[in-house]
Amino acid sequence: MAQTLFEKVWESHVVERADGRPDLLYVDLHLVHEVTSPQAFEGLRLAGRRVRRPDLTIATMDHNVPTGDDTPMDPLSVQQLDTLQQNCDEFGVPLYATGSGREGIVHVIGPELGLTQPGITIVCGDSHTSTHGALGALAFGIGTSEVEHVLATQTLSQTKPRSLRVNFVGEKPAGVTAKDLVLAAIGRLGVDGGVGYVIEYAGPAIESLSMEGRLTICNMSIEAGARAGMIAPDETTFAYLEGRPGVPQGAAWEHALDRWRALPTDAGASFDREIEIDVTAIRSQVTWGTNPGMVVPIDGAVPDPAAFSSEDDRAAAERALVYMGLEPGTPIREIEVDRVFIGSCTNSRIEDLRAAAAVVEGRRVHPSVRAMVVPGSAQVKAQAESEGLDRVFEAAGFEWRRAGCSMCLGMNPDVLAPGERCASTSNRNFEGRQGAGGRTHLVSPAVAAATALAGHFAEPGE
Amino acid sequence: MKAFRSVTSRAAVLDRLDVDTDQIIPKQFLKRIERTGFGEFLFFDWRKDPAFELNQPEAQAAKILLAGRNFGCGSSREHAPWALEDYGFEAIVAPSYGDIFRQNSLKIGLLPVRLPPEQVKELMERAHAGEELTVDLEARTAGGFPFEIDDFQRECLLEGLDEIALTLRGKDAIAAYEATHDAPFSTLSV
Repeated sequence: MAQTLFEKVWESHVVERADGRPDLLYVDLHLVHEVTSPQAFEGLRLAGRRVRRPDLTIATMDHNVPTGDDTPMDPLSVQQLDTLQQNCDEFGVPLYATGSGREGIVHVIGPELGLTQPGITIVCGDSHTSTHGALGALAFGIGTSEVEHVLATQTLSQTKPRSLRVNFVGEKPAGVTAKDLVLAAIGRLGVDGGVGYVIEYAGPAIESLSMEGRLTICNMSIEAGARAGMIAPDETTFAYLEGRPGVPQGAAWEHALDRWRALPTDAGASFDREIEIDVTAIRSQVTWGTNPGMVVPIDGAVPDPAAFSSEDDRAAAERALVYMGLEPGTPIREIEVDRVFIGSCTNSRIEDLRAAAAVVEGRRVHPSVRAMVVPGSAQVKAQAESEGLDRVFEAAGFEWRRAGCSMCLGMNPDVLAPGERCASTSNRNFEGRQGAGGRTHLVSPAVAAATALAGHFAEPGE
Repeated sequence: MKAFRSVTSRAAVLDRLDVDTDQIIPKQFLKRIERTGFGEFLFFDWRKDPAFELNQPEAQAAKILLAGRNFGCGSSREHAPWALEDYGFEAIVAPSYGDIFRQNSLKIGLLPVRLPPEQVKELMERAHAGEELTVDLEARTAGGFPFEIDDFQRECLLEGLDEIALTLRGKDAIAAYEATHDAPFSTLSV
């Protein structure tokens, strides 16, 4: 029977299936970071359990780490990182600690090291685990109780989600990026449109994206409520993976390619739901509110809550505008920003940095803006520096920082001050996400870079 | 896991859409390595506003939370259900939830009930009028409305089952799976 990519991966990982029970699903790769794991390791310790497959478990440090060269860490952050180190030592879990050269945001290092592979299952105590689906893996975020379950059993008890295909039709206009495609899709689906689904992104606009662009798309699946997003593996995927440390070599590589080529959704396979998005109508996107579904094209204006049809949506929009300090009808381009953040598991890969650097080269950040670039991993940072991107950014007035989650979630010293407005390449514009009282607008790296130069929302070349 | 059978109490009303887990428990409290003690930080920023729903006299000592669509969306932090539970909530009733939040709540014995939006609105009105509500997992009713929950999850909650112990009972099946599936990647040296 014709199967979807998602079904193929799911069905090949069912360890046990019984009527009236969720499937018991095997986990091929368990990624661990310092924030959502301490209580899980403690649970193992209290129950006298071990980690079943430390060889399928990899830990890194990302959420808490300071990205300034000599920024001190607060005592609680130090404790959390020390706890991860101790837990990894005690349970035999490999750890890419700060300074190892392989550290970075967990969703950047997985693909970069070739650990993320087509057709495997990946979980992590982090909702942006959906990122890894860009390579045709089934990857989703879990909570700490589930982290403990996976550590102890290498499996997860899961009810099979429904499937949703998002078909991007038409040719992508010049200047429109992966970030714009996914923000437009979230605007269309709403922040709960994907709840209960695994999304497969398809269409020529997806196929023509680089691996970095596909990672950006799948990363934000959770912002539409979907735990996982997937893209069919193809030659772009294989070219990206070849030679990376975690992938098979020689004859095993050829064997892996044969398996991976069989993964894409079969012709005639059916989805529980399908939607079409006309790519030709998409322009650069900017969020105006306090969730990623509150988004408009950069040519647009802040919407009037009165225009929303339901009373609940009207109330949500009104609250969002009060928080964001915005008036209905204000053209997006007239909104001035205080800060620009280029980074996060959404947009901190080499291609993102190249795109931003191309915009700012030879120009200067607006005097009223503080702008920073935070590479997603130690390897991205090294690569960017070998290409001279650090010098381009610094010459333009950007801060060039060390790898980490940084100002995406403000668990480290990189935060917005109350009332500060930020153009950010991250994934969440929730209230206080980047610092209590901070105001976040989500944009692509190119728009973030152009905005840093202009001092208000702008596209490259303006 | 703590068992859940039923709860009768006043209900707090949080009639907002898409309440994300960043609001339920902001990031600065995720640095703690314990599982308990998060209740005092629940809705930390919103609670500074005297007009906030949970600060109202009728919301005090409520063990049931009535909430809007897509409650608990966003971050996977289990600290969010930990904070709600530690604050005193035993059940939530909403039209829908963030998937990961709902799963996390079930794992710790905090019951996330789904009811159609109009029924949740009616319960909100009844709660505002001071009525006590009952959420009964055995009978699968909330405020008298029947709700759906799958049998397995219901059984786990009613019995307070340790799911890891349950899975480990089937560890032969896991070993059998592993015997026929190679590890996907070459192990990296640290």
